[in-house]
Amino acid sequence: MRLSAIRAKLTAICGSRAVLHSKEDLLLYEYDAGLARARPDFVVFPSTTEQVAAVVALASESGLPVVARGAGTGLSGGAIPRSGGIVLAFARMNRILEVDVANQRAVVQPGVVNLELSEHVRPLGFYFAPDPSSQKACTIGGNVAENSGGPHTLASGVTVNHVTGLEVVLADGRIVELGGKSSEAAGYDLTGFFVGSEGTLGITTKIMVKLTRVPEHVSTLLAIYNDVRDAGNTVVEITSAGITPAALEMMDGWTLRAVEAAAHAGYPQDAAAVLLIELEGLRETVDEQVLAVEAACARQNAREVRIAQNDAERQRLWYGRKNAFAAIGRISPSYYTQDGVIPRTRIPQTLEHIQQVAARYSLTIGNVFHAGDGNLHPLILFDDRSPAETEKSIQAGKEILQYCISVGGSLTGEHGVGIEKRDLMPMLFSDEELQVMRRLREALNPRGTLNPEKLIPGARTCMEIRTPQFPGVVS
Amino acid sequence: MPSATEPVTPPQLDELYRTCVHCGLCLQACPTYRELGLEMDSPRGRIRQVMLVETGQLDLGPGVVEHLDRCLACRACETACPSGVRYGEIIESARARIEQQYRRPLPARVARRIGYRIIADFKLLAHAATLLRFYQRSGARRLAQSSGILRLFRLQQTESLAPQIEDDFFFRELGNSFPAEGARRARVAFLAGCIASVAFAELNRATIRVLQKNGVEVWVPEAQGCCGALHVHAGLQAEAQQLARQNIHAMLASDVDAIVTNAAGCGTTLKEYGALLAADPAFAARAGEFAARVRDVNEFLAALGARPPARTLAARVTYQDPCHLAHGQRVRSAPRELLRLIAPNFVEMPRADSCCGSAGIYNIAQNELSMQILDTKMNDVAATQAEILATANVGCMLQLRAGIARRGLNIQVRHVMELLDDACRGA
Ligand SMILES: Cc1cc2nc3c(=O)[nH]c(=O)nc-3n(C[C@H](O)[C@H](O)[C@H](O)COP(=O)(O)OP(=O)(O)OC[C@H]3O[C@@H](n4cnc5c(N)ncnc54)[C@H](O)[C@@H]3O)c2cc1C
Ligand code: SF4
Ligand code: SF4
Repeated sequence: MRLSAIRAKLTAICGSRAVLHSKEDLLLYEYDAGLARARPDFVVFPSTTEQVAAVVALASESGLPVVARGAGTGLSGGAIPRSGGIVLAFARMNRILEVDVANQRAVVQPGVVNLELSEHVRPLGFYFAPDPSSQKACTIGGNVAENSGGPHTLASGVTVNHVTGLEVVLADGRIVELGGKSSEAAGYDLTGFFVGSEGTLGITTKIMVKLTRVPEHVSTLLAIYNDVRDAGNTVVEITSAGITPAALEMMDGWTLRAVEAAAHAGYPQDAAAVLLIELEGLRETVDEQVLAVEAACARQNAREVRIAQNDAERQRLWYGRKNAFAAIGRISPSYYTQDGVIPRTRIPQTLEHIQQVAARYSLTIGNVFHAGDGNLHPLILFDDRSPAETEKSIQAGKEILQYCISVGGSLTGEHGVGIEKRDLMPMLFSDEELQVMRRLREALNPRGTLNPEKLIPGARTCMEIRTPQFPGVVS
Repeated sequence: MPSATEPVTPPQLDELYRTCVHCGLCLQACPTYRELGLEMDSPRGRIRQVMLVETGQLDLGPGVVEHLDRCLACRACETACPSGVRYGEIIESARARIEQQYRRPLPARVARRIGYRIIADFKLLAHAATLLRFYQRSGARRLAQSSGILRLFRLQQTESLAPQIEDDFFFRELGNSFPAEGARRARVAFLAGCIASVAFAELNRATIRVLQKNGVEVWVPEAQGCCGALHVHAGLQAEAQQLARQNIHAMLASDVDAIVTNAAGCGTTLKEYGALLAADPAFAARAGEFAARVRDVNEFLAALGARPPARTLAARVTYQDPCHLAHGQRVRSAPRELLRLIAPNFVEMPRADSCCGSAGIYNIAQNELSMQILDTKMNDVAATQAEILATANVGCMLQLRAGIARRGLNIQVRHVMELLDDACRGA
């Protein structure tokens, strides 16, 4: 089918105001928050599940790729239409369909912004637990596709732990409902299987989520260190003492200074590292835990432990952390956020290794991460105007990931594989394991039209580890 | 801020847009993105379009200008952006380029020129306002409305947004000083504002009374003119610079502690005079000194410490942040402090700092979208169940009143200074 014929059909399905096709418009859909770039042939804004189904069916018939897009805050190129085709943008499917307080459930369209759901239900005493740092912009559809986590993942888990059911449009346009509003479903756990599939198995059109009760009491501590190793050891000590903080975040000194300039969160400028520790639950339990955590910090040579005295102070501490990545834009034209996972007992060695990598490549690498579950986010600074520097930072990122895997960790904690890490998958999985993934994908996405070239490397490249390609990095 | 005598040269703009790391965290702060859901109408998308144009990857055609025109210049994205992108400067330089290089359709061009010429000159403004007053009071308005002429020119919507011209313009006060009551705590120069002088003369008088009551002597310099805000936003740099020089000349006296305005939009521009005239050796230093002394009246009074008023208001009051105050000048707590002083029944409104869609002449140039943004705002206003909606900028007041009328709500829109004036006078 020619593109003009497809355009006519898309217009017939969604209306002319819901289809973009001019070059100047399409240029605005060739990026997300990561480094990859590619231009779609069309961007379509569906407003109903049926429209989504018709577009997906059309794509399947004509062999055109379909790539879903939430807010485009993804860091691994998930929403980038690598070989063109149709971008299905969910910005206009953003209604909260149902809030069922009695059963602690909500039903939302995929374009609902994460934080808006929490704000909507907070007056009722609830919130949506997954809290990626991008929560004021990213969509729940994107969270489901990436199985996103956040600072509070440590205690409350990732997106999959908070989704009980999905309405999904399959590759040929059929509409199915997986799971439901109740947590227990018979048969295969297809909801769990779909969450984290990065739009390669189907397009989500409705999401049933759990709502979490706002805790009775929250206490937020900032522990300040003169040595990164002490901070790392504190993490080990707290968690092995059987305390599970709601959040346990770490930032190194370099990142602290960058963030402070942006956020004025009151972080110390001369520290080597800080831990941001949040405890929540019943007031008495929290009070006890605060004492235990303070003692652990002191034993590991924290030079100071500050406790937020009120909600405003607490917000300020979090504001700095949540804006950490983007604050780097103030000091560097580009940055490459890595997303490795390590056993948390390996934090000190891993940080040392990262600094060695930085020195070897003459790059600056800051560290901000979810320390409690060993999810590292090294921030590699570079200037994307220099192809050599871009290449160098990609190589350094790869070395760091290799190290993470070698100490028993993983390639991605929460940002997904996408384009960025697809070709690194063989470092983590055997040929047989990748084959299982491929066969599952083929069963549901037989023509390969759903978000092609993502997540699983092609059969031929799986033996050779290639550098991820970032076509046309511009800004 | 870039040199304003010339369009921004690419290397400088390059540094400005490169601070954007396209993270998207600003998207939901942007009223046009929230309404339209289009990346092209988001801060991230607009910055990208400017970048693509500057680097020659995209022509400055109607497809781009449309989206840049739709920007409210409310700068909510700047407050939301963790990377410190100076969006206001990016959009201003882009608009300067559009003004120089892009040919709008003829009627749009003519209308823009005439409009800006009129507000730049107080005498012309008085004439135009007298005409508008005549139109509003005489039978001409009814004739025009019923004849369909307005519809013909697509003016029906925008006509209802025009300020109600007052009987008594604020020009008499020019050149006068108003003494402090009680012990004198400060002396200020007051910017009358061009639109305010013909449509909000009473507000200006109320502001002066409030200042007097608080021990402030108020001088209204005679030779002052329009602040140039609309010209800057529309990319008319040379005109804006000329107005800035005129105001510096007229208002910068050694014995004034502050240059005070009750119009947030004017305040932002006045505070940027230093940057606007940075490249003018004859004026740069004085422009910097002038800018440093500018205060929004809320900011000024809160810092001075407002005297407790004669009485408090029983009504439930909420507050809409003018973009130019919250995002442009980062003044958020001062007006709230003043309101709490007089209104024990103060409630916060959700998304109070999200633009109402007024944005200078936006509600006229982009009427349909502006009304869409306004209607969304009214949902939040209605949710507060307030009886008084306070704000601190005349443009916002007009727009909010139009929104309330459209929705048929029973809420008064008042400037913080008017409420303070009522409370001081025990009215
Ligand atoms: C500053 C910053 C901080 C971040 N912090 C975190 C963090 O703490 N934790 C974390 O996990 N992530 C984080 N991220 C990454 C990103 O925000 C998340 O991956 C988020 O879930 C993406 O949501 P989105 O709506 O922007 O999706 P997009 O980027 O638009 O898309 C992401 C993927 O989801 C797919 N998708 C979107 N909607 C659908 C749908 N309806 N059906 C099927 N597939 C769909 C897309 O095809 C794509 O593969 C951060 C990003 C930034 C820029
Ligand atoms: S303007 Fe700021 S918040 Fe918006 S995308 Fe750019 S860096 Fe992110
Ligand atoms: S100034 Fe306002 S309208 Fe313009 S991009 Fe920023 S937030 Fe959007």
